[in-house]
Amino acid sequence: MNYLDNIAFAILLVLGIGFFVKNVKKLTRNIKLGKDVNRTDNSKARWKNMVMVAIGQSKMVKRPIAAILHIIVYVGFIIVNIEVIEILIDGLFGTHRILSFLGGFYNFLIASFELLAFLVLVSVTIFWLRRMVLRIPRFWNKEMKGFPKNDALYILYFEMVLMSLFLIMNATDIHFQEMNSGNLISQFLVPIFDGFSVESLHLIERTAWWIHIIGILIFLNYLYYSKHLHILLAFPNTFYANLNVIGKLDNLESVKNEVKLMLDPDADPYAAVPETENDVPEKFGASDVTDLNWVQLMNAYTCTECGRCTSSCPANQTGKELSPRAIMMKTRDRLEEVGNNIDKNGKFIDDGKQLLNDYITPEELWACTSCNACVEECPVNIDPLSIIIDMRRYLVMEESSAPQELNMMMTNIENNGAPWQYNQMDRLNWKDE
Amino acid sequence: MNVPTMAEMMAQGKQPEVLFWVGCAGSFDDRAKKITKAFVKILNAAKVEFAVLGTEESCSGDPAKRAGNEFLFQMQAMTNIEVLNAYEIKKIVTACPHCFNTLKNEYPELGGVYEVVHHTELLKSLVDEGRITIEGGEFKGKKITFHDPCYLGRSNDIYEAPRDLIKQLDVELVEMKHCKSNGLCCGAGGAQMFKDAEKGDKEINIERTEQAIEVNPDIIATGCPFCNTMMTDGVKITNNEEKVDVLDIAEIIAKNNKL
Repeated sequence: MNYLDNIAFAILLVLGIGFFVKNVKKLTRNIKLGKDVNRTDNSKARWKNMVMVAIGQSKMVKRPIAAILHIIVYVGFIIVNIEVIEILIDGLFGTHRILSFLGGFYNFLIASFELLAFLVLVSVTIFWLRRMVLRIPRFWNKEMKGFPKNDALYILYFEMVLMSLFLIMNATDIHFQEMNSGNLISQFLVPIFDGFSVESLHLIERTAWWIHIIGILIFLNYLYYSKHLHILLAFPNTFYANLNVIGKLDNLESVKNEVKLMLDPDADPYAAVPETENDVPEKFGASDVTDLNWVQLMNAYTCTECGRCTSSCPANQTGKELSPRAIMMKTRDRLEEVGNNIDKNGKFIDDGKQLLNDYITPEELWACTSCNACVEECPVNIDPLSIIIDMRRYLVMEESSAPQELNMMMTNIENNGAPWQYNQMDRLNWKDE
Repeated sequence: MNVPTMAEMMAQGKQPEVLFWVGCAGSFDDRAKKITKAFVKILNAAKVEFAVLGTEESCSGDPAKRAGNEFLFQMQAMTNIEVLNAYEIKKIVTACPHCFNTLKNEYPELGGVYEVVHHTELLKSLVDEGRITIEGGEFKGKKITFHDPCYLGRSNDIYEAPRDLIKQLDVELVEMKHCKSNGLCCGAGGAQMFKDAEKGDKEINIERTEQAIEVNPDIIATGCPFCNTMMTDGVKITNNEEKVDVLDIAEIIAKNNKL
């Protein structure tokens, strides 16, 4: 008996999973670079949100064709991967189809895997056609050039290859085909291999088996670098999502204390500032990823770049620079850069760059109407608007660099309690006009 | 028109059923003032005991907050809350979805806890309670489409109150392709009302007006003074002024009831 196969398999498995764990650690470290925000309240509503939105895909149905195709790939992905359990056992112990002792039930399982593999293959092909032949506009916005475009295609090719390998592996398994049960789809592939010798068939079957499992391990490790992380992060992302009505923006706590002090007639303006451990005053708003909270950073990693947000954005629809998807992609790119900087230097060394200006421009930020269409559309509860508002806060409160017309509007509110130059004493004049 | 102020009410030792928060647009903008007056006429006709803050009212702070000026927002909010709490206000109605959203969702954490309703919600309850009846058929047979204000619809999930009111009018309610939670913004939100748009290939209000014109309405109904301005401009620029009116739900009801 030759144990070489089993040892090679075990080594591959350890490498594949080890590398994946390393990336997951890096991922959580990067997310934790964000500021703290309490999202552990109301856990019942959070579980419900996760079950409905992530598991139940409730927000996908708004676009029914994509929703049906996606649910096939989603269910197929989970169920076909049950087969991986058998592959793992077979690979480690040198057995062949170890679970076949289950008899009829085994054949039923394999038959359903085959059916789903076939449906996934069809759906993924339609996905490819939608992208590359129908050229649905949201896949062709300008932020989708280069890697983001290829990334999406690699994933589709990966799934096509993995599903095909699974069916080929079954079709060339002589013993499995002889049972003629459970080979629901693979039986139709058998004629392709007519006239092949037993040895060649065995070789093809083994090759397909090996490439299939190696492919899965590569796919697992590709996740971290790809938009496809949503298959893992959609769950925590919906769990920790904002549960308030989406019209509500947070009231900045740091501002609250200062405003209270300003309005308090008993406050002593000359009182010594209480000494704190950290003497640097808190920055208002966000100019870099570390000023955002960890949920916003997780949002960035969860984004799968489907572009529903951007396609529903009024600013984007009318040709403005702003694209909510690009806001998420740029946040992730900058976060990766900061993460790599830390990996290289042991801690973050100033690289003279930040999220504002180097990635996201004020022009994009000022084009937003805060209409919440992007937030409403996102199938995994990402909130691009919160990042836009936090960055506007930095522009206004730290840099005083709002567009001139907005400065005038704000001066008016300060002076006369209305965004226009009208006297507050004239507020009731309409009654007699 | 009977418009008592809170100060007058207080002097008489009375507490109104509801405070009407007029808002800056409703107080100063010529077009929006018509909405304010129409709403007051309905309140008078339904014998609703209401009051306004008058000169004691100040901007809710919404445009400042959404422009990123949290300081100014909280200054406005806390000052307003002091006034509202001093008058022991329990219930507020407003015809502006921006004031509505801010008062309802962002004031409570700062100490201002009130029942806040949009004017279409209040009008709906007045009809349901039989305090006003919508009949007369002034608009009979007309085609009306409703443009959902973002801060009423998507932001606060209020889609039906304005539609229920329109349906009472014996008219044909037609929906735009993008309506309710899919509704397109008029372009004024997030402080855009007060500045020119960024460089692009089209104005948002033109895009939205075209979507409305597609369903061939006689009237584009709104529930927001800013949407009203944007859609009115859109109708003018696209040369549909003769064909289409832009009216607030309150104006439609006041006109229908010949108030």
